[in-house]
Amino acid sequence: MSRRLEGKVALVTGGTSGIGAGAVRRLAAEGAKVVFTGSRAELGEALAQEVGGRFASHRVEDAGAWPGLIESVLAEHGRLDIAFANAGTEQGDANIEDVTIEGWSKIVGINQTGVMLTVQHAIRAMARNQGATGSIIINSSMNAARPLGNYVTYSTTKAAVVALAKSAAVYCGQKRYRIRVNAILPGVVETDLIRAIMESQPDPAAVRAIYEGMAPMNRMAQVEEVAGLVAYLASDEASFISGAELTIDGATTAGMMGV
Amino acid sequence: MTMARLHGRMALVTGGLRGIGLAIATRLASEGAAVTISDLDAPDSAAVAQALAALGSDAAYLRADVTSEADWASIAAQMEAKGACHILVNNAGTDLTGAVESLSLDAWRKIMAINVDGVFLGTRALVPLMARSGADVAGGASIINVSSIMGLVGYSEVSAYNASKGAVRLFTKGIAVEFAQKRMPIRANSLHPGFVRTPLLNAGFQRWVDKGFAEKPEDLVAAMEAATPNGRLAEPEELAGPAAFLASADASYMTGAELVIDGGWTAQ
Repeated sequence: MSRRLEGKVALVTGGTSGIGAGAVRRLAAEGAKVVFTGSRAELGEALAQEVGGRFASHRVEDAGAWPGLIESVLAEHGRLDIAFANAGTEQGDANIEDVTIEGWSKIVGINQTGVMLTVQHAIRAMARNQGATGSIIINSSMNAARPLGNYVTYSTTKAAVVALAKSAAVYCGQKRYRIRVNAILPGVVETDLIRAIMESQPDPAAVRAIYEGMAPMNRMAQVEEVAGLVAYLASDEASFISGAELTIDGATTAGMMGV
Repeated sequence: MTMARLHGRMALVTGGLRGIGLAIATRLASEGAAVTISDLDAPDSAAVAQALAALGSDAAYLRADVTSEADWASIAAQMEAKGACHILVNNAGTDLTGAVESLSLDAWRKIMAINVDGVFLGTRALVPLMARSGADVAGGASIINVSSIMGLVGYSEVSAYNASKGAVRLFTKGIAVEFAQKRMPIRANSLHPGFVRTPLLNAGFQRWVDKGFAEKPEDLVAAMEAATPNGRLAEPEELAGPAAFLASADASYMTGAELVIDGGWTAQ
């Protein structure tokens, strides 16, 4: 593993499991000091121990808690260089006819408002770096481009944050901040959550085959593969990439999904 | 920072003597790949000697026209002789500007031949070897087609270039789906640079000056910088990092994707 993130400080939201945990491990392995958030303290503390980072119990949609979180990062490390706005949920989602206002509002709060707060506070912190440098990566989804009928809120919020990434990127450019903002659009990733869903079904193998069959590559992404893209965008290797959406889906959206 | 993610890999970069192609070739070589470059210059030209010196002892140069089936057969035979091709960068390209009603059919066919036929012919010629080579490396073989932001959005008096680069974008998605469905270990992605400080850009700006669009090329550079949210043009080296990433095992699930490297130009 190269150490191209040596000396950089990273914040990862929703870092206790799945893609977030993968990113925490990869960013730390490349030399970054990592602070990550979540609500599951036991998982968080174990991962913090593993990678030598710090877990902060924090919910992305809690606007009032953001200044304190950022101050704690700056107090500990003096700067912020990388933010991975990863926390997200689809719990309580449904189709457009059946979705409840409670379900809708909760998902919008985490996936959309939570991402806005992450990007806003990251930019405010990064603007203090000499030369106002930084890299912000938003975890969207291929469902931003190919919405799901039974997940109206999830699909809508994932599309919204792509526009948010572009707006923030253009703004940072106009301000002559050297802060890059990009969105990644993963396909189906074999996270613990997906594994649990498969195993809860009467025929896990059949469900696995459905997930795998969505991608022409006929497999799901591994968490480490998405983490590799996050680390790349976080690095100076991506110095002219901003306002972009990067698809990582084994060609799923290059063609017709599932065909 | 030195990385050696591409140690032991064989690469071919078309249009490798200057600009983006040379920057990508240099980067692939610095990460350990043995790089063959092709271009139109004579093998004994100074540009070739200079490029090969920069690319190291594993490098080779092939004089080849990307629009020629015979030249591609020759390239494929030479890569076969080397034993592998893990990375193909279809970079060779040209530009064409002018009001659509002023474009000659010959000029249209020429840009299509270089920018579109060249990518097709290169892919067709090397896919059999890449399918075998890709099975031996983590993340598989990687085809990187250099499109442009002009393959994503239209621009006045750039319609032919727009059409050619748009074709590269969707050709790439087509082969990505095809290789993936057939379980061939080849990924295919497109790069979409914005305005990059290259000899081709300079030549194009000079032609616009000659046509009276601006007083001097520097004015056009300043206008492009002002139109880019990040406030500057890209350096060719900034295209090399993305290409090396796509070539490496780090991009193992990325295929059929487009990497836009434009400092926010198309985000606005």
